[in-house]
Formats: sequence, structure tokens, C-alpha cells
Amino acid sequence: MRLRRILIGFLAPVSALILALAISSVAVLLIHKSPFTAFKLMAQFGIRTDSLIFTVNQAIPLFIAGLAVAVGFKMNLFNIGVEGQYTLAALLSAYVGAITPVPGVLRIILILLVAMTVGAGWAGVAGILKVTRGIHEVISTIMLNFIAFGFTSYLLANHLKQHNPPGDFVIKTKEIPSSGLIHSLNPVLRALGVHPPAGASLYGFLPLALLIGLLYYVLVWRTRFGYDLRATGANPDAASVSGIDPRGMIIKTMLLSGAIAGIVGMPDLFGLYHRYTIDFVTGLGFSGIAVALVGRNHPVGIAFAALLFGFLDRSAQILDLEGIPKEITIIMRGAIILAVVIAYEVVRRVVQAQEVRAAAERTARLAPEAGVAA
Amino acid sequence: MRSPGPVPLAGGSMADTVPAVELDNVSKRFPGIVANDGVRLRVRAGEVHAIVGENGAGKTTLMKILYGMQRPDEGSIRVGGRDVHFRSPRDAIAASIGMVHQHFMLADNLTVLENVVLGSEPKRGVVIDFEGAKERIRDLSGTYGLPLRPDRLVEDLSVGERQRVEIIKVLYRGARILILDEPTAVLVPHEVDDLFQHLRSLKEEGVTVIFISHKLEEVLAIADTITVMRMGRTVATVNPMEVTRRDLAELMVGSELPRPETRESTVTDQVAMELNGLTVQSPEGRVVLDHISFTIHRGEVVGIAGVQGNGQSELVEAIMGLQPLAGGRLRLGQTDIAEWSTRDRREAGIGYIPEDRTERGLLLAAPLWENAMLGHQTSRPFARGPWIDADGARERTGRIVQQYRVVTPGVDAPAYSLSGGNQQKLIVGREMIAGPGVLIASQPTRGVDVGAQAAVWDQIRRARVEGLGVLLISADLEELIGLSDTLWVIFGGRLVARLDPQTVTPEELGTYMTGAHEEAAAG
Repeated sequence: MRLRRILIGFLAPVSALILALAISSVAVLLIHKSPFTAFKLMAQFGIRTDSLIFTVNQAIPLFIAGLAVAVGFKMNLFNIGVEGQYTLAALLSAYVGAITPVPGVLRIILILLVAMTVGAGWAGVAGILKVTRGIHEVISTIMLNFIAFGFTSYLLANHLKQHNPPGDFVIKTKEIPSSGLIHSLNPVLRALGVHPPAGASLYGFLPLALLIGLLYYVLVWRTRFGYDLRATGANPDAASVSGIDPRGMIIKTMLLSGAIAGIVGMPDLFGLYHRYTIDFVTGLGFSGIAVALVGRNHPVGIAFAALLFGFLDRSAQILDLEGIPKEITIIMRGAIILAVVIAYEVVRRVVQAQEVRAAAERTARLAPEAGVAA
Repeated sequence: MRSPGPVPLAGGSMADTVPAVELDNVSKRFPGIVANDGVRLRVRAGEVHAIVGENGAGKTTLMKILYGMQRPDEGSIRVGGRDVHFRSPRDAIAASIGMVHQHFMLADNLTVLENVVLGSEPKRGVVIDFEGAKERIRDLSGTYGLPLRPDRLVEDLSVGERQRVEIIKVLYRGARILILDEPTAVLVPHEVDDLFQHLRSLKEEGVTVIFISHKLEEVLAIADTITVMRMGRTVATVNPMEVTRRDLAELMVGSELPRPETRESTVTDQVAMELNGLTVQSPEGRVVLDHISFTIHRGEVVGIAGVQGNGQSELVEAIMGLQPLAGGRLRLGQTDIAEWSTRDRREAGIGYIPEDRTERGLLLAAPLWENAMLGHQTSRPFARGPWIDADGARERTGRIVQQYRVVTPGVDAPAYSLSGGNQQKLIVGREMIAGPGVLIASQPTRGVDVGAQAAVWDQIRRARVEGLGVLLISADLEELIGLSDTLWVIFGGRLVARLDPQTVTPEELGTYMTGAHEEAAAG
């Protein structure tokens, strides 16, 4: 039974992927190119060592963004504002981290704490608005995104930028000292016998991201808070009757989601940029929504989804060289999301029907003995 | 336990006329269960024939077979003496069988007329002949005494009127045999009276009515013949003049029923809960609970009778801490709990059986053990500090399943896979096993079959002996009178009467509930 359930669990994503490939193939055919060639090129390019490292680097922040969204999803709270939360958090933490004179590891911790606090604070605004004024979090977090973008640009350009040397026109904060960065895992890779090509370095944030994933799992499935969270998501009325305070849960969950969201920019900050610049990575928060959806709010699923999205991003780079627009992978992403939603719904219904039937069978066998409990 | 003797099949003397519907030896198996097992049913033309049985007795399957929604594995169906083999409801309609479902299938934004013709539009050339259709609807509603104005929008109609539209719709398609699936479930009492009036006039016009229900009083009031189903079989066909409600219930369960009566008093003088001038306002500022005062002693069942919507749900919510108080005191034992959170109240030992188990009592998609901890998730054995104790929870759930006879494949089965009665037993079990000081039981047996009902009554009675104080809110007057030690009537947000359950009759109770005795001061 358990094995079958696991198999069914795999059936949905695999069939979704096949469906997505089929849809993308049609798109490629429509522009008179061979989908077979396109996918072959992507696969060949995608499994090169440097591509794989890039894929993982890309997947790490997507994974964290997925977790940030998923923790809200677990209680039907839609934090669309991860994008704004991580942008503001990245700027402020990069600035504080660069100017505060603290030694080594403490600086890393300081940066992470600032990022989490800013993210939580920004998301908390949406939580408070929902609890006190009844404003739906989708509306408020979208609006807060725009405010965050504007606020970030304003702060950077007017207060937090460094004085560039002549000739350097990129607006940016001061660089974080090397001792306050999380360094690449390339030495570990080399120790394992993998030799990364020049220019490819695996983000040192990877173990931290895995730890966050583990904490997310433990929190949601093993703690009382997680139970309250899931109960509220499953049936808010029954949850409040059971003694869960819905308003408190909304605030706590928004803060938690925001705190995770604050970390989304960190892998790139520590591993690539070392400072906040005007061209800091964008779009991770919105992709996180898709990653959480495809990963079904489970950390393992989210990890796979993040890797898949990272892989598509990277492997698509080769397509332009062959005259196939790499935007084809955007179609694939969309197709995956749609197919996943459909496939999971179908599987859910099948499983539900099976469970009901199994219970009915059992009931039929037990009913004569159970009789009337008099 | 006495098992009821064999009941002779009624209608034997009517063998000379051709039955409207005749089912012989009909069986339908689903994987693992036999939903219908050698079912025999004989419905005379022009009678109201009721089919009663517990949830899961096979009534619905039988009707689906008769309406062509499912095909029997074996057995024969004759309509008007002719063998029929329905492949779809279309075939059944062609054989003049119509079905009115429990959940109406009407388009709210269309008129009565449009709803009735939907799917079988009368055409004159290429246009729909609305005038002709309107004429026919007027005819039908005149002939069968079903008052309806064809031009009204369905969204403006009451539930009873909507049901009338459904009936007209079926008659419009030429039905002479009407299947009504739990038709009174959605109706308020006076609408039920109207419906029965309509059924009688339908009968006079020669329409045959098959009436599925588990409300025994109603069946006894309207049916000419009653067929009882139990575990997929038709166990008896009886004449309503010759049986009582209890006879029917016992036929349905297959054994003698326990009565809800609790005669020897266990009431103590220790206060379990005390309400003093409890007042609640709606968000608009209307007073919905007006100075409610009463005491629940240990070992006492305090019943609240009232027509739904007179403040019962506000009372429960105020006690559970889900509604803020506008005034008054609420004590648990000696402690004032008016300012406490819901969680504090539950931890202090207030158990709660919500009136709607799927909406407020369960997480349907979650496994049973997670449902068993709902409301108790902060205490052992379900939790240990900030952690969930899944093993402890599973073990406790296993005990609930065993002690309260929840029929389930296991503690990991999702709650939705259980029947309503078993879901209710789980809820009652989880509240009772925690050993509460006070139990708020809101409609504890609504919508469950007689077997589960008896089990719940029994558990309340047993816990009361051990000193539990119970607040019982119920629409089932027999349950209220039978279980309560003290009986209050709530009307318009106020307690209007205190009655002695030993002497009061359901009729008397009814008059208080409608406010007729408002002046009779609470004593």
C-alpha cells in the first residue's frame, strides 16, 4: 500500500513532465524546428559539469523562495510578496554587513539576521493589514512589492551606495569583506574527484539551504505549530473551534514566510555579488511561487522543482546558438506548472476514490460484528 | 435483545393490479461491498411508497439502479409490467420515471419556465415555444396542485418552491413515477407540510411516488407502504398503520433499540459551569443573546430546545470563546473564564461536539489520528512540549476507534473515507476520552443513523454518571426530553421557559419553541 502510494506520488510529476515536453514540442514544431534536436542540445549542454554547477547555484535560491511561499500555502496564505521581501532584505543586509565592523562568522550571522528581520518585517505588514483591516494578503503583498522595489532603489541611490572610483557607473553598496562571505564548495568538489571548470563555482550556501529545508519539514510536520498551521489550512473553522487563534496564526506565518523570503537573496549575495548592486538578481520570488506549486509544498518536491527550473534556465542558453529561441523554456515552465496542477488533481481524485473504497470494503467486513454499540 | 419477528409483506392482496414498479432479486456489487443484495420491491401504482434504512443500507444505490444511473449485476426490473433495461436516466425518463435529487439542479439566474424546459425545449420551427410551455406548466401546476409562477426567477424562490420546480420539471418530461431522494432534508417544517400536501394531490392524479428517507415520523405520516432496507437487503415491507416509529427503527437496525431516557438522576450540587446574564451582540449591534443565566451541575444534562436560529449557535460560540461577550459572566467551576481564549477553555476541560462535523469538527483529508488530536493538540498524548507525538496520537486514536466502535481501515485512513456516523463516533470519542468537565454537545446525533445515535446517547449517559456536566443543544425533541435533566427553551435569544423533561411532551415543547408561551416566565 505504502509502496503503491509512493509510486502514485511519482506518477503525477512524471506524467506532468511528459505532458509539458509534448506541449513544448508543439511550440518548437510551430517555428519549424525539430524538438528532438532542441531537447538533445539542451540535455547535452545541461549535463556538462559547469552547467550542473550553474543549475544547482540557480536552484538554491529558488528552493528557499519555494519554501517561503510554501509555508504560507500550507495555511492557504498567499505570500506573493517574496520578491519585494528578498529585494529589500538583500539591500539592507548587504549594506549593514559591509559597514559593521564585526569579525568573520559573526558578520555572516549578522547579515543573515538582518535579511530575515527585514523580510519578516515587510511580510508582517501584510499580516497585520489582514488581521486588523481584513485586506487580502494577495493584494497587500503585491502592492508591498512595488513599494519595496521603489524603496530599495531610493535607498540605494540616495543613501546606501558607495562612492565609486571614477569610471565605475554601477550603483552599488560597499563590498562585504571576504571574511564575511560564504565561500564556494569547489574544494569539496575537488576532494570528491570532480574538477569544476574555470568560472564555475558551487555556492557555499548549499548546506545552509538544505538545513533550512530540513527545518521547514520538521516545523510543518513534527511540531504543534506545524499542526496548527496545517489544520488552519485544511479547515479554518474547525481549526479555530479547536483553539487555534486564526489571527495569531496569520501573523506568525507571514513573519515566518517573510523571514525565509529574506534569505532568498543570500546565496547570490554571498556567492556571486558580494554586495547589493543595481543589477542584483530579480525574479526569484515570483519563480518561487511556481516552484512551491510544482513541488506541492513539500521540501523534497520543492528541491526537485527548483533543480528542474534551474536546469531549464541553464540548458536553454545553448538554444540561441542553434537558432532556436531560448524562450521556449519559458513555455516549458508554464506547461509544467499547468500539467502539474492537472496531474496532481487527477491523482488526488484517484487516491481519494481508492481510500473511500478501501474503507467501504473494510466496513462491509466489520459491520456485522460492530453492530449497534448499545 | 429481542429481535423483531418476521413482518408479513403488505400489498399481497393487491396482486391483481399491475405494480408500477417491480424489482426482483436485484443485486449490485462494488469492489468489496454488496450494495444491493437480492432486493425485492413492489410499488403499487398511485401510492406513496417509502424506502427507509440507515445510511449505507443501499437506498441510494437502489434508486440509482431504478433511475438508470447504475446497472444491476443481476435481477429484473419491471415498470408497468414490462421488463426494462435502463442504460441511462434517459431510458428511465422514457419509461416515465423521474427523479428529484436531494440537491437541486437548477440555474438560479433563469426563470421557472426556462429551468423547466431546459434540456427538452419545445420547438416551433427554430424558436422555442415558450408560450406553449408556459401553458403546459400552468396546466401541470393546476392539475397537481403545485402553485408556481413560470416567470419568476429561481434565485427569488424559497427552498420549498425550488423543490416544486424540480417536481414540475420531472412531470413536464412526462413522469408518472416520481423518485424523491430525502426530499425533506432541506425543508423547514411548514414546507414539509406543503410538500406532503403536494404529494397527496399527485397521488390523487395517479402519480406513483417513491420516497426515500430516514426520518421515520415523516415516513409514517405520508407513506401508504414502507419498505425497510438493511445492509443492502429489503428486510420488510410494512403498512404504516400497523407499525410504530420504534418498530421501524428496530427493523432498520436489526435489533432492539436503547431508549434515550435517563431516569435515575445523577445531578449533584457542584457547579460545573455557570452562565450569569450572558449577553452577545451581532457585529451590527443587534442583541442575539439576551441575559442568559443558567447553571450546569456535575452529573447534569442541561438541554436547550429551540427553533434553529434563536441564539443557539451564539450561545455555543460564546461558551467556546469564539464570540466576544457584550456582558455577563461565564464560570467554569469557580473560575471566571469570560476573558479566556478558546484554547485555554479547551485545555481547562470544555469538550465540544460541533453541530456540523465536516465543517467544524474534522480535517477531512487528514488521517484519523490527526483528527483525533484536533482540539486536544496541546496536551498529552498528542503533544510533548512543542512537538507532536505521532506515536502517542496513533495509540490514543486506536483506543478511540476501539472503545467508540469507529469502523475504519485504520488510524491512518483519511477522515473523508469514513461514513457520517463513524465520523461522528470519532468526534464524540475524542471529546469523551479526554475526560472533560463540561461537554458542549451541539446536535450530537444529527444526520447519523440510529445505530450511531444510540451509541452517542449511551456515551453521554455514562459520562454523566461519572460527573460530567453536559449542555445539550438539539433539534431532536425526543433526544432532548429523553436525555436532559433540566430543559430550557430558547426563543429570540432569551431563555423563555424552564421545563421538566419528566412531564413535558414534544407538543408542549413545540408551543414554547414558537414563542406562544412567552409570558411563562423562566422558573
